[in-house]
Amino acid sequence: MSVSEPTKAAGTGGGDAPTTPRRRSAWDDRKEAITNSPATPVYAALLGVFIIAWIVVTIDGGTFLTVSNIVNMLQRSVALGIVSAGQTVAILAGSLDLSVAFLISLSSLVTAEVMDGSDANIVPAVLAVLALGVVVGLGNGLIITKLRVNAFIATLGTALILQGLIQNRYDGPAGSIGDGFEQLGYTRFGIIPASVFLLVAVVALVYFLLRWTRFGFRLYAVGGDEEVSRLSGVRTHRVIIAAHVVCSVCAAITGLFLASRLGAGTPTVGTDGGYDLESIAAVVLGGTALAGGRGGVLGTIGGVFILAVLDNTFNQLEVNAFLKDVVRGVIIIAAVAVYARRSERRA
Amino acid sequence: MSATTPDAFETPVTSRSERVRKALVGTAPIFIVLFILLALIAIENPNFLEPPGFLAFLKRAAPLAILAAGQYFVIVSGEFDLSVGSIVTVVVVVAARLIDDDPSKTWPIIALLLGIGATVGVTNGLITTRLKVPSFITTLGMLLILSGAVFWWTGGAPRGALPDNFREIGRLGIQDFPVLEQLPWSVVILLVIGIGAIVLMRASFGRRLMAVGDNESAARLSGVKVENMRTIAFVLSGLSAAVAGILLGGFAGVSAQVGQGLEFQAITAVVLGGVVLGGGRGTVLAAMAGALTLEALFTLLNLYGVSGALEDTVQGIIIIAAVAFASYRLRGAR
Repeated sequence: MSVSEPTKAAGTGGGDAPTTPRRRSAWDDRKEAITNSPATPVYAALLGVFIIAWIVVTIDGGTFLTVSNIVNMLQRSVALGIVSAGQTVAILAGSLDLSVAFLISLSSLVTAEVMDGSDANIVPAVLAVLALGVVVGLGNGLIITKLRVNAFIATLGTALILQGLIQNRYDGPAGSIGDGFEQLGYTRFGIIPASVFLLVAVVALVYFLLRWTRFGFRLYAVGGDEEVSRLSGVRTHRVIIAAHVVCSVCAAITGLFLASRLGAGTPTVGTDGGYDLESIAAVVLGGTALAGGRGGVLGTIGGVFILAVLDNTFNQLEVNAFLKDVVRGVIIIAAVAVYARRSERRA
Repeated sequence: MSATTPDAFETPVTSRSERVRKALVGTAPIFIVLFILLALIAIENPNFLEPPGFLAFLKRAAPLAILAAGQYFVIVSGEFDLSVGSIVTVVVVVAARLIDDDPSKTWPIIALLLGIGATVGVTNGLITTRLKVPSFITTLGMLLILSGAVFWWTGGAPRGALPDNFREIGRLGIQDFPVLEQLPWSVVILLVIGIGAIVLMRASFGRRLMAVGDNESAARLSGVKVENMRTIAFVLSGLSAAVAGILLGGFAGVSAQVGQGLEFQAITAVVLGGVVLGGGRGTVLAAMAGALTLEALFTLLNLYGVSGALEDTVQGIIIIAAVAFASYRLRGAR
């Protein structure tokens, strides 16, 4: 432990020590912010994937660059986008959450059961689901910080607990959604689906939390080095617990959204989507360091879009579902290898 | 290394009793928990005390314990291996399709399967250490690649069948063994791998691997080839997954779900054994005891009739509680 500390300090301090005498303009700052942002290579990769997909699909005789196809891709990014935005916060804190998939299933069930087919119950249903998210997030956070259980095991344990509760009560779709709430999944404003606005709202909120609040600054500090931030007076436990609450609430919102899409609560909707590992893959594709402290939600959304473009392309080319997994695995590893090289060169 | 300068990773100069005491303190809790669970099982089911009953339990637990031993090497070096469950699936599906009920092909194919395990391990290790991809992502990607590739090859469902001489490894044993009636092959393999792993961890290799997980830069400065050590750990994990797959193919038969979730069970077992995620702490014996404990827990929940659904919930609570208890004890020690 003690040997690695000085090198770490030298690594981070070395960047800004000798500044040039010239006054830095606002433009320089902005340029540097863009080139140094971990999100930049993600969007470069997204652009590359997008262009290749466009060419390949067009050669194959499909349609790619049409408004309806792009809107379709956006719509399919909503669920994964919302979970991954929350997962970003957990990973930035140096933690991670493997329980989101089951929480999504449970949230969709709670939504449909409380709503019970009537729009009058929208408010209680939404409140109940958000409360569920807060409770699960608090549970995860408290287990990790107060009981000092490694986040991997703690959230895996929570996942098992939720899975048992779900399987004990439900063996098929349950409850139903009011017509009004179903609009969330299907209404469009012009060409943009309402659900895309939900995604934008969640991402904007998380972005605001990370960039403009004390919680955000502390989150990056804790994720970077928990011990150092504790010694600097940050109450690290509170930060980690809050990060897990944000993560779980995002998963709960995803459950709400999926319930409105499906018209009922479904016990397998979260696990079928593989949202636990998929959201972690999206976050890491988005350039956020798995060790915490570095990255952001914009990169994550770039990662989600990369996965959506791939998915759309594979569907249009009618690629075998199993081959799809192979290609996805290769791309995730390759992308992270490229990011790793990049950050190594800079350091 | 000349005789006068002591190798940093040779046996440290502490008295023998001191070392034994330390090892006991580190591994005792999991054995206490295991013993309590076994006692509870024996109360419910007195057959369990007879050698055949207990050996049946060991036989069932052997694949997970072997996986845990492999996973231990990776975890103690500071990494993760999420690909082991998919290696098990690949091994079973490939064996069924290639052997296709032809007993004469069994042994060459077993060699091939071990080769697959080792190759996956080398690939995981090289990607993690040379391309600097976090092992969580490397092995997660490998999980997608392996499970996708094997079912792409077989068209979605496992095909073919395993001949009896393949299945015997996981199911049968040495007949007419004194006292025990039958000594299952899987228990023999478990013992060999267990003893091998303990010997390996007590040798210079083990000390270097531990050093890599404990403090990478310190290990590097002392001349340990960190990348090679980690790659070897991944190879050992891949090999152990192949062995577990061969046993499970015989024991449980051919199915597409055979390896599902085993990676999480193996990691849970290792952590239950008091091995710290992040590396550098814990013993391989305790990791394997963790696997037996997990299997004993499943058996006990079955006996108590907490079947199916709530079993997961109870398992989740117990895992969290066990790890919380272990870290509560560690807090004083560190």
